[in-house]
Amino acid sequence: MPHDHHDHHHDGLSASGHPFRSDNDEALTYWQRMEIAARELLIEKGIVTPAEVAAQIDAMDARSPANGAAVVARAWTDPAFKDRLLANGSDACREMGFDVGALHLVVVENTEAVHNLIVCTLCSCYPRTLLGLPPDWYKTRAYRSRAVIEPRKVLREFGLDLPDHVTVRVHDSTADMRYLVLPARPAGTDGMDEAALAALVTRDSMIGTGLPRQP
Amino acid sequence: MDRVSAAFYPVGMSDTDGRRWHDMGGRDAGPVPQDEHDFALWEKRVDALMMLCSDKGFFTVDGLRRVLEDMGEEAFETMTYYERWMAAVNQNLIEQGVYSLEELGTKMEEIAARGDSYGEAQDV
Repeated sequence: MPHDHHDHHHDGLSASGHPFRSDNDEALTYWQRMEIAARELLIEKGIVTPAEVAAQIDAMDARSPANGAAVVARAWTDPAFKDRLLANGSDACREMGFDVGALHLVVVENTEAVHNLIVCTLCSCYPRTLLGLPPDWYKTRAYRSRAVIEPRKVLREFGLDLPDHVTVRVHDSTADMRYLVLPARPAGTDGMDEAALAALVTRDSMIGTGLPRQP
Repeated sequence: MDRVSAAFYPVGMSDTDGRRWHDMGGRDAGPVPQDEHDFALWEKRVDALMMLCSDKGFFTVDGLRRVLEDMGEEAFETMTYYERWMAAVNQNLIEQGVYSLEELGTKMEEIAARGDSYGEAQDV
């Protein structure tokens, strides 16, 4: 039998430090069988090709928070771009080659006085083009329920304790409208170029559950 | 809930406030679980099938959401995210006549006979 073996890290963690979810070597589940069946039927009927499925996954793997970080770093270094980004996030990201499709991307700016947080209370809507697939916690009942009613408490669980004078704004995404947080540029980064700045921008800082790294 | 919206919902309409289960914003819940996992190949394939079928006009994200929401709260608690997506993609494809339940059942039996793991069950 052909067997799709990948390199296994025997400490149970992937290169990105996350545990592997039971995968190709675990007992075949009902839903995995359904995935194989649906895919094969779609291929047999000429609706999709194996190459299209593979290309879709390659594109998915290529979308990571590095995309969003590049946008943020550009906004930090180019005031005209930042204005365009805040005016129309979708168009400004397209300038950089990140096509969010028909979605409206709304970019919300963190300042000394305002901290923004994004959530999708109804489902799992997320700016995938810029951040990749949403993390598990973003899709949990706890995050979806509480982010809109006790954001400061939720942020403290993420290690972010905001002073009372900072206004917290929570943005609830929809199927057609996605948000991205433009974090505030950290102090002490004056001499840094765009690439070095992008390395400071974390995924969570663009969701609002974190802040950029300090230089 | 503020006074205006409280008055809007008829008392006794449900044990909550008239919202469906998936409309979770503002409800009580426990701490946010912080663990994350890297997506498995089969999960990425479910995502890819959703995107491709949607790009090709078979159904939209609204069709996906409708099934996810109708699956109810128990499915939310007992199935993983991409298991629920798989169920929703499948339901939409059957409704659209892309394949029949019988074709699906036959194919799934055939796959079960190929092997005991996801890797072994691939037709390659």
